[in-house]
Amino acid sequence: MSAIATKVTQIIVEKLGVDVSEVTPEASFTNDLGADSLDTVELIMEFEKEFNVSIPDDQAENIQTVGQAITYLEENSK
Amino acid sequence: MAFKRVVVTGLGALTPIGNTVEEFWQGLSTGKSGAATITRFDASKFRTQFACEVKNFDVTQYIPRQDARKMDLFTQFAMVVADEAVKDSGLDLESINKNKVGVIWGSGIGGLKTFEEEVINFSNGDGTPKFNPFFIPKMIADSASGQISIKYGFRGPNYITVSACASTNNAIIDAFNYIRLGRINVCVSGGSEAAVTQAGIGGFNGLRAMSERNDDPATGSRPYDKDRDGFVLGDGGAALILEEYEHAVARGAKIYCEIIGGGFSSDAYHITAPHPEGEGAYLSMVDALEDAGIKPEEVDYINTHGTSTPLGDPQEIKAIEKLFGDHTYKMSISSTKSMTGHLLGAAGAVESVAAVLAIKHQVVPPTINLFNIDESIDPRIDLTPNVAKARKIDVVLSNCFGFGGHNATLIFKKI
Repeated sequence: MSAIATKVTQIIVEKLGVDVSEVTPEASFTNDLGADSLDTVELIMEFEKEFNVSIPDDQAENIQTVGQAITYLEENSK
Repeated sequence: MAFKRVVVTGLGALTPIGNTVEEFWQGLSTGKSGAATITRFDASKFRTQFACEVKNFDVTQYIPRQDARKMDLFTQFAMVVADEAVKDSGLDLESINKNKVGVIWGSGIGGLKTFEEEVINFSNGDGTPKFNPFFIPKMIADSASGQISIKYGFRGPNYITVSACASTNNAIIDAFNYIRLGRINVCVSGGSEAAVTQAGIGGFNGLRAMSERNDDPATGSRPYDKDRDGFVLGDGGAALILEEYEHAVARGAKIYCEIIGGGFSSDAYHITAPHPEGEGAYLSMVDALEDAGIKPEEVDYINTHGTSTPLGDPQEIKAIEKLFGDHTYKMSISSTKSMTGHLLGAAGAVESVAAVLAIKHQVVPPTINLFNIDESIDPRIDLTPNVAKARKIDVVLSNCFGFGGHNATLIFKKI
């Protein structure tokens, strides 16, 4: 697992209170990890803060799974 | 239409002197002070460096961490005390009509810490707004009543009352009214506050309203003592289950006591100073006695607002003497804020629980730290100095007054 993937997993476990084993690349924040729309907004904000990126709303809408978040951050973080 | 009777069937408390109702009573009856050096933040630069904080509070013992994270501390307190009270009431959550159960809560401020943290974060940034999506739902004061209703599915009236330090007395009066009108059967009422923050302490220090006795926090809250120098801020909360009498009897509930009256008034005088002659306090007590349909002589114990401020304490005593005349010298009076500190909007909650427990145990909790009684106070008045007092208690009157000139009074009666 990349350093980014490890950190993303850690943030999701912390914010959503889920077990690390549930945080698989395919896992959807809302369908699998119990997040509601506010949780998802908060997750995106945490990713922005942790990885020092600004994720535009239209891109944030496409980040719905753990894998999508990791891919986006690997491509865009500084 | 005849009013229905309203009784108290459940209690919860999380206070600076005890984290359950049982511990709270232990603290009250033994004259324990809840004051100590502030732990919630580094207060070393503040005029006041102590407060009455809830001790040893680990929210994860009560609420899953991921849920607690979305609640300000004042809402966490609310959830804990509501849970203790609901369990204590023995209400069968499967069978009761939840559409007829309200939640009417009191808080003077709401999520002060949440507000403070978010604004500090913003001001430390470059001006780009990065407000957390839970900022507003955590901060708004009605989140406490909302969260309680979500947990239990109580779908009756749901809101909080805001009248500064009278907030919870107003909440309980509203709950009392809805039940006696027959609109609801049960109401979770009470209040919570968590204002021991930089802005809370700094703000009240700005008003010069708080004790600055940093060298001896335990004696900082000393209502009616001649050397009192202000109130001591407290945090925590308390809950009461109010229930329509026949509803309680039908399910074989344990009944602590009856609520027989609620009164209110406004000073219409000054935004922070109490009326010097206690006019608002007097009117509130008169209103409560009229509502209860009892004579002043029937009151055995008054749990006063008594915050330990130089201005506030004497005006309430003046109002009591004006209303009760010679009976003032026969009844018991005490300020439990001497022990708990001043929980602002939740003061009426912890003091209502204290009133109910005084009836249950037939014991008046003391006014501690009463070393030298203020010379303006008639020495014939029994302020229950320093030690609890066993006596007959059928009727208790409890006062709460708030900045803005809000006054609210409750009357509890043994059943």
